Amino acid sequence: MIVLEKRPQPSKLWAYGTPVLAVLLTMIFGGLLFAALGKNPVDAIRTIFFDPVFGEFAFYYRPQLLVKGAPLVLIAIGLSLGFRAGIWNIGAEGQYIIGALCGAGVALAVYPLEAFWLFPLMIMAGALGGWAWAMIPAFLKVRFGTNEILVSLMLVYVAEQLLASMALGLLRNPDGFGFPGSRNLQQYPSAHNAELIAGTGMHLGVVFALIAVIFAYVLLSRHMLGFQIKLTGAAPRAAKFAGVNPARLILVCLGTSGALAGMAGLFEVAGPAGQVSIDFNVGYGFTAIIVAFLGRLNPIGILLAGGLMALTYIGGEIAQGQLGLPAAAIDLFQGMLLFFLLALDVLTNYRIRLRKGEAA
Amino acid sequence: MDLSAINPVLLIASLMVAATPILLAAIGELVVEKAGVLNLGVEGMMIVGAICGFAIAVNTGSPLVGFVAAAIGGAVLSLLFVLLTQVALANQVASGLALTLFGLGLSALMGQSYVGVKPPAFAKLDIPGISDLPVVGPILFSHDLVLYFGLALVAAVWAVLKFTRAGLILRAVGESHDAAHALGYKVVRIRTMAILFGGACAGMGGAYISLVRVPQWTEGMTAGVGWIALALVVFASWKPWRVLLGAYLFGGITVLQLNLQAAGVAVPVEYLAMSPYVITILVLVILSQQKSSAPAALGRIFHASQ
Amino acid sequence: MKLNTLLTSAALVLGLAAGAAAQDRTKVGFVYVGPVGDGGWTYEHDKGRQAVEGAFGDAVETVFVESVPEGPDAERVMTQMALDGADLIFTTSFGYMDATNNVAAKFPDVKFEHATGYKREHPNVSTYSARFYEGRAIQGHIAGNMTESNIIGYIASFPIPEVIRGINSAYIHASKVNPDVEFKIIWVYTWFDPAKEADAATALIEQGADVILQHTDSTAPQAAAQAAGNVVTFGQASDMGEYAPFPRVSSIIDDWAPYYIARTKAVMDDTWESMDTWDGIGPGMVGIGTISDAVPADVKAEALAMKEALGSGEYHAFTGPLNKQDGSPWLAEGETADDGTLLGMNFYVEGLTGEIPQ
Repeated sequence: MIVLEKRPQPSKLWAYGTPVLAVLLTMIFGGLLFAALGKNPVDAIRTIFFDPVFGEFAFYYRPQLLVKGAPLVLIAIGLSLGFRAGIWNIGAEGQYIIGALCGAGVALAVYPLEAFWLFPLMIMAGALGGWAWAMIPAFLKVRFGTNEILVSLMLVYVAEQLLASMALGLLRNPDGFGFPGSRNLQQYPSAHNAELIAGTGMHLGVVFALIAVIFAYVLLSRHMLGFQIKLTGAAPRAAKFAGVNPARLILVCLGTSGALAGMAGLFEVAGPAGQVSIDFNVGYGFTAIIVAFLGRLNPIGILLAGGLMALTYIGGEIAQGQLGLPAAAIDLFQGMLLFFLLALDVLTNYRIRLRKGEAA
Repeated sequence: MDLSAINPVLLIASLMVAATPILLAAIGELVVEKAGVLNLGVEGMMIVGAICGFAIAVNTGSPLVGFVAAAIGGAVLSLLFVLLTQVALANQVASGLALTLFGLGLSALMGQSYVGVKPPAFAKLDIPGISDLPVVGPILFSHDLVLYFGLALVAAVWAVLKFTRAGLILRAVGESHDAAHALGYKVVRIRTMAILFGGACAGMGGAYISLVRVPQWTEGMTAGVGWIALALVVFASWKPWRVLLGAYLFGGITVLQLNLQAAGVAVPVEYLAMSPYVITILVLVILSQQKSSAPAALGRIFHASQ
Repeated sequence: MKLNTLLTSAALVLGLAAGAAAQDRTKVGFVYVGPVGDGGWTYEHDKGRQAVEGAFGDAVETVFVESVPEGPDAERVMTQMALDGADLIFTTSFGYMDATNNVAAKFPDVKFEHATGYKREHPNVSTYSARFYEGRAIQGHIAGNMTESNIIGYIASFPIPEVIRGINSAYIHASKVNPDVEFKIIWVYTWFDPAKEADAATALIEQGADVILQHTDSTAPQAAAQAAGNVVTFGQASDMGEYAPFPRVSSIIDDWAPYYIARTKAVMDDTWESMDTWDGIGPGMVGIGTISDAVPADVKAEALAMKEALGSGEYHAFTGPLNKQDGSPWLAEGETADDGTLLGMNFYVEGLTGEIPQ
């Protein structure tokens, strides 16, 4: 009988070893999948993991990794604070949408005014929008004890409908021949979240994502609030005795993750996406949950996990274009990677032991 | 505007059909959550069930065999979730999301050769005399077998949870796995069975879309129904009969909004579409006042040494 | 600017390096918004791609990426195709408009073809679209003749000019042959959601519609009509021939093959120029699926005659006298609609009831 025995302390070795092992296992099983589809497995794996970073056109894909990874990291950092304290915001997708709507709404309201203060105001509006949307589950949780997992999830669908309504109505481009979608903010200099240095992919959202990583790292390792978050997650009772105010923690954690998700939405709509459209959200809010767990809720880990997810997206697209792999195979491949990463994490916290007799 | 064009009898009959996929998936998820497990992979299991059921029905010519295959397909996929969350003790939220991603990809690959194929038709109940009765006939006696099966399943789940020892144990595991473990119940085994049941139900729910309601196979055809099923369980505050009520309410809002539009009423479609979710949140708030709601151990990881 | 120069020089280097190796092969890329297995919009574009391969054999190489979200992902996929040496790239969704123009600016030597859009900001961008409303006119004619309840159901996707044009065209021609005809319109706010489309069709049928027109891509409404037994439908985007001869009595087929072949040929011959193509039945971009025998012979003959007239340009689907819904005059006797008005159409014609949402 194989049993799991909890380690007194998480294993350092496995904490670093499991991601590597998971990637290797995914390469093997993914390779088998690609071979079954009649493609050269070595080519496929190389295209997905290697080409975006070291391939012939890496000068283009490397910046794209930043563009794709930044919103994931920014959202996941916010989520991880709550997750550590046992506060489950899974509605970041909705907060991302509302942040984008609020931020873009500010710009479109004053169009075509050019002013230096416009973009900072948009960032604030985006953060505020995401914060307010996250405050709904937070307030209900604090006031009524309502389950925040479910409320935040429900609010994603409400936000999606609002987005459709805005793209077709209030924010629709008046010069767009009646087509859905807002004006393109890329063509509105004061509101454009442009690259800071052209060709590097570095827009303000990337900078904010990096700042968030550092901030979260310091918060968790040095600050009282970080200690309270970790304590509440590990031992809620002890935290209460230690004087942690759970209501305050809920408001702070959900509010922070909402604000960061809202900002991510704003940076996306004002930068790479450019406009509010019906399908503006492409799932960053949900993928960020996975990224947060892949990064083991650790800021540095999240940064790496965000990069890895971005890599499989971009590499997956290249594999489709160059090797003719169907998009479904790429989905499946990503699913495999997640499975292995999630499953192997058990080795970090538990030891596998052989034991005789019955166990649960 | 011509509201008289809406026939309430037909409206009820068609909302029952529209509600069945959500009903099947939600009743399965209810059992899973009652056991203390939150499986967000419903959408993935539904779509895999949809293609498994479709492929087998087309190949065997029997929709009924297709439904059985869909249940098996959904259950097999949920086995992955079991491995992750019960064996490897991974986080349930992340595992569920990964399961959906995986299911969508897998179903698309499996279904490549079934695009544009017409499945065998599913027979409807037709009792001479009774099915033709006014009002009751179309509502109660003229549906397909699976719809009745869904209703029976709700009753069965309700009875098992309420009256049997098995139901009691399941609830105990969901309320406090440590206490249940201390009493000698096999927490992991019970949860595994609950998850497999949930997967089978979701698979059938998906097959109901691809075999009865639409009927055809196209990639991504469940289009978010799995997420509605998740909302529904909460809306129903984990009570089987309320799942039925909620499914008809959700289905009813969809069908009614289409009917109102056809009758020429200018409905704000987006706002109506978000109403079920807003109502669910309100219900949640009211429920949390009563303190009778979610299984206490929902989403928490169990390990015997703790 | 730095990136532009970098990309351009890379394209040049690549052009030199790869050009030597694959001098004679023209590489054509396709960016799809849905999966190739959607049975509708993307499916037909992919058939166009296969037709290009069929027509030129080894002289071309085609690549495609499916299910590409609109926005930055689309821009990246296009850039990737251009970097990989594509000579011609078709971007097949309205939402790719700005992305297409952005990428085109960076790759002046690559030709871009954007479907259903209106922006051509660079000399290497063309736009193309189909006059589906011509097909709608024929559908309207058949529908008006075949309805017995005088109620025609219409499943509409989003309230955009393309869809409104189709409704108007169908209504004009249905009411011409049957002045009592009434249109019941349901907006489903999706291009593709089989379950919702099935529900919409059922709702329309229950409210007495015996003809269903759809501007969504799945065959779900066909199946709903078949279950009802006595309801007429038309295939949309693809032929949906598996439901012929009844309920599906005809169809509008998006046939991109002739255009894709012609444009690929133009690139091969170095005669490609930026232009705006809005083709209808005449050049074959809009195909009319076989009209089945469920349609009375005289109606079928009239429909075929109309197809002929539309194809030759002898008849325009929007010919006056026509009033707008509020009764204000739009087109005078014999006057035909100009393309500008049609492209931005945001009003119903007289006789249609209800309001366009928003």
